[in-house]
Amino acid sequence: MGTTTATHSGEINYINEFKGLKSWFTSLDHKRIGLMYMISVMFFFLLGGLAALLLRLELLKPGGQFLTPDQYNQVLTYHGAIMVFMVIIPGIPAVLGNFFLPLHIGAKDVAFPRLNLASWYVFMFGALLAASTMFTSKIDTGWTFYTPYSIKTGTAVVTMVLAAFIMGMSSILTGLNFIVTVHKLRAPGMTMHRMPLFVWALYSTAILQVLATPVLGITLLLLVAERTLGVGIFDPALGGDPVLFQHFFWFYSHPAVYIMILPAMGVVSELITTFSKKTIFGYTAIAYSSLGIAGVSFFVWGHHMFVSGQSEIAGIVFSFITMLVGVPTAIKMFNWLATLYKGSISFQSPMLYAMGFMFLFAIGGVTGIMLAVLATDVHFHDTYFVVAHFHYVMVGGTLMALMGGFYYWFPKMFGKMYNESLARLTFIFIFVGFNVTFFPQFILGAMGMPRRYFDYIPAYQSLNAISTVGSWLIGTGFLLSLYVLVQGLRKGEKAPANPWGSKTLEWTVPSPPIHTNFEVDPIVKAGPYEYK
Amino acid sequence: MANTNSQHSGHGSSGHGGHHIIPFQIYIKVAAALIVLTFATVFFHWLHLGALAAPVAFLIAAVKAALVMLFFMGLKYDDKLNQVIFGCGFFFLLVLFGFSALDIWTRIKEISTL
Repeated sequence: MGTTTATHSGEINYINEFKGLKSWFTSLDHKRIGLMYMISVMFFFLLGGLAALLLRLELLKPGGQFLTPDQYNQVLTYHGAIMVFMVIIPGIPAVLGNFFLPLHIGAKDVAFPRLNLASWYVFMFGALLAASTMFTSKIDTGWTFYTPYSIKTGTAVVTMVLAAFIMGMSSILTGLNFIVTVHKLRAPGMTMHRMPLFVWALYSTAILQVLATPVLGITLLLLVAERTLGVGIFDPALGGDPVLFQHFFWFYSHPAVYIMILPAMGVVSELITTFSKKTIFGYTAIAYSSLGIAGVSFFVWGHHMFVSGQSEIAGIVFSFITMLVGVPTAIKMFNWLATLYKGSISFQSPMLYAMGFMFLFAIGGVTGIMLAVLATDVHFHDTYFVVAHFHYVMVGGTLMALMGGFYYWFPKMFGKMYNESLARLTFIFIFVGFNVTFFPQFILGAMGMPRRYFDYIPAYQSLNAISTVGSWLIGTGFLLSLYVLVQGLRKGEKAPANPWGSKTLEWTVPSPPIHTNFEVDPIVKAGPYEYK
Repeated sequence: MANTNSQHSGHGSSGHGGHHIIPFQIYIKVAAALIVLTFATVFFHWLHLGALAAPVAFLIAAVKAALVMLFFMGLKYDDKLNQVIFGCGFFFLLVLFGFSALDIWTRIKEISTL
């Protein structure tokens, strides 16, 4: 990217310019706030991951192992709620987005730095409330809080729902901040069509956060009103409609799938072009396909409800519209493939994760078609096929991109390089472990094994055992990643300003950046991927 | 920090010049309209309109929300972009109501024995 290059500022950077815990907890610096989100998300990921390992261990053999059925339901709820609300939704936007959005567009910070810090505090309040509720009270509804069970169960639904409401508030504030930042703080010459594709992805995500999350908030409050005041909204006994809850819930939660995956696609766009050393193919198509996915995502929520009692006509309409999601998604995939064509590809660890994303997300997307078709969904619904599908999208997609983005930007964030061989090894463990864990679940689902059950018939045992062994490989991969992070921070070589030869603005400043990002305000004179 | 940057945001900024002063009389009239519409909501509730009760209540609520946004929040005199953003919010709300209604109405027809 053609810019006036910032001069080196010596050793003063955003990490060491201010000292002490107070300087972190009161910092308005988007980079420090991004790191605080990172530590929070890593902590919750550890909790959610441990819950997943427990579930898989319980399912190693048929019959109860060490959990009772009720405990199994609770651990399942912990895993789902933690991973969705505290890890995958905030993962890329709040960590990498906070850190790199202003750097990408040549700004000194986000538009509302105080609101940004408030978002983190609101998120932490909601997350800790949720975590403490889960570990001190029983909650067994799953992360979807479906009525009428969530109205009748004696567990701590109200506290948990309020925690989700509070975390949703944080998500809205972050989204608002990003939208205003993109519109108001771009550097001179940084037109919309010169923005990195990661920024386009964050922008599309922010629109979803602002438009869809309030509906979840209101829905959860209606649920609380029904439980506490007896207002008849969702409970048939009070004249309500339980299917209406699913409409309201999925109106948010389907776009939420794209809140999770769109930023991941933005990261992958950056990785593919950087490690192919080639101008990205179809920049405009990729940028607008992010907006396209965001738009279409508001019209397809009913495909989660084909067997809920929803009318056949509504099912047909939602099934048809769901197919449209494939268009902007395929645009991205084909443009990434075209970018790779005749590129100077180097398979460093971030690129391995990007390749992993493309491979796994393609499987997740294609199996989504089977679930979008009414006739096949009736068979696959609520089986392990669905579990495998959404893990291929969420873990194979979002977490792969998060890891790739993390390894890509690690040198910029901390000014240190990590052990590349070990980083590649983490990819092998996670990628292989992921497929060993979840591919057998497609077969289990097709064989009819229902999900969310703590027991199963002996015919399913061998595939379940394979799946459990896979979860150990994934766990090893993430533990190894933690080691790579710590070792890099402690003993890593000093990172140069631009170790990958990237073209976007953040690589024109020293690693790590100074508090105000740029010593000289950048003037952008070309697009973000001018390789050749 | 943000102010420094906004000085060189040029392209992205769509700023609007002066702040429009809304005459006090308009505020009074809008407030009166909101009160009348509140009474109208209660009145139509008493009429027991059956299937029409919810659409009528939603219609009155939509008119009240529009009055608040247009005059109390000054959207009528604001930037076009902000109007579009507000419009998007209402459009997607209509999508939610529309598709939910499609399901409920057709579901009742499919399962009704009448």
